[in-house]
Amino acid sequence: MAGSASEYIQHHLQNLTYGKLPAGYERADGTVTSEAGWTLAQSGQEASDMGFWALHVDSLGWAVGLGVLFLFLFRMAAKRATSDTPGGLQNFVEVMIEFVDNSVKETFHGRNKVIAPLALTIFCWVFLMNLMDLVPVDFLPQLFHLAGLDYMKVVPTTDVNVTLGMSLSVFALIIYYSLKVKGVGGFLGELTLHPFSSDNLFLKILLVPVNLLLEGVSLIAKPISLALRLFGNLYAGELIFILIALLPLWAQWTLSVPWAIFHILVITLQAFIFMMLTIVYLSMAHEDSH
Amino acid sequence: MNINLTMIGQAIAFFIFVVFCMKYVWPPIMAALQERQKKIADGLAASDRAARDLELAQEKSAQELREAKQQAATLIEQANKRANQIVEASKADARKEGEKLIEQAKAEIEQERNQARDALRAEIAAIAIAGAEKILETSVDANKHSEMLDKLAAEL
Repeated sequence: MAGSASEYIQHHLQNLTYGKLPAGYERADGTVTSEAGWTLAQSGQEASDMGFWALHVDSLGWAVGLGVLFLFLFRMAAKRATSDTPGGLQNFVEVMIEFVDNSVKETFHGRNKVIAPLALTIFCWVFLMNLMDLVPVDFLPQLFHLAGLDYMKVVPTTDVNVTLGMSLSVFALIIYYSLKVKGVGGFLGELTLHPFSSDNLFLKILLVPVNLLLEGVSLIAKPISLALRLFGNLYAGELIFILIALLPLWAQWTLSVPWAIFHILVITLQAFIFMMLTIVYLSMAHEDSH
Repeated sequence: MNINLTMIGQAIAFFIFVVFCMKYVWPPIMAALQERQKKIADGLAASDRAARDLELAQEKSAQELREAKQQAATLIEQANKRANQIVEASKADARKEGEKLIEQAKAEIEQERNQARDALRAEIAAIAIAGAEKILETSVDANKHSEMLDKLAAEL
């Protein structure tokens, strides 16, 4: 049982990977590739041997699908948006938009047309991706197994690539707005002249590397922590669902139901935190406080 | 836990979604929200204005009512005064008329009495002459005795 249990877990944590294998590579089924080419990985080993040039088809597919679902719903509401009595969908969409708009207005005081829609996209999209965590762990993988696909991870946010992809985009925006608002000199000054500063020019120059190290770390920590916080929470949640699924049937629902209910809080909270921190980081990028 | 192209794919998808949201989702809904906000604000302002108008109108109508009452009171007073005047005047007229009539009647009575007295006098003179004729058995020449007869008639 121990072997099969760890296999079960590993199988559940393996993405459906489409990537490039080098020539002369021995596949999991024993065949040897004659030339380098793109293919679906047949095992976890193959997937990791593909290196950087591989796509997690399941993560991307679910993420894009859920993103399209979100935009479809909201676009439908936007098209029918009326200033008279709103219908059910418009009501819901308006509640979401007002909630996000208020969050943005409380934190970000500048004028920027990007941040509010960005925050809305992040919140709804991350929430939907997290929501896949509440689908029983074997449902969708089993369905796809019947369709001939062996690996299927349905929660995109349990894939660190997905969270990193988003957090690095946010990071790019942070850099962009920092440079735009403060200028290159201002941004460099912020990185090198704080938190330690001196009136003595020599001492000031001496402190530059120290400041750069501190500020650099705190700058880099923003996207990394943003990505890993979301990933870690969802990965752990998913892992616990998988572990619960290993238990005998009578014990499963006594544990998975409370965990799922608790997880409703976690997925909402994580989506909110990702959105809120994005707003905070971007408002910090806009502030010329130093 | 492989870091791979997925990251870039996700970033591209993220970018596209944000742009879509920014262009086609956020503005129309925000516009609808703001329009509704404006409508509600306008409605509240209008109701405020209407309430104020109503108050003003009520005040005005109360004032007009008061003025009308006052006017009516003045009119009634004037009418009463006028009526009294007319009654007084007609009373005076009537009295004057009555007096005049009485005066006339008195004058007429006097006149008729005088006439009757004259007639009587003449008749008595005639009767006296007739009587005297009888007594004398001769005719009295009225012309001869007219002086005497006139004297007699004046005595009656």
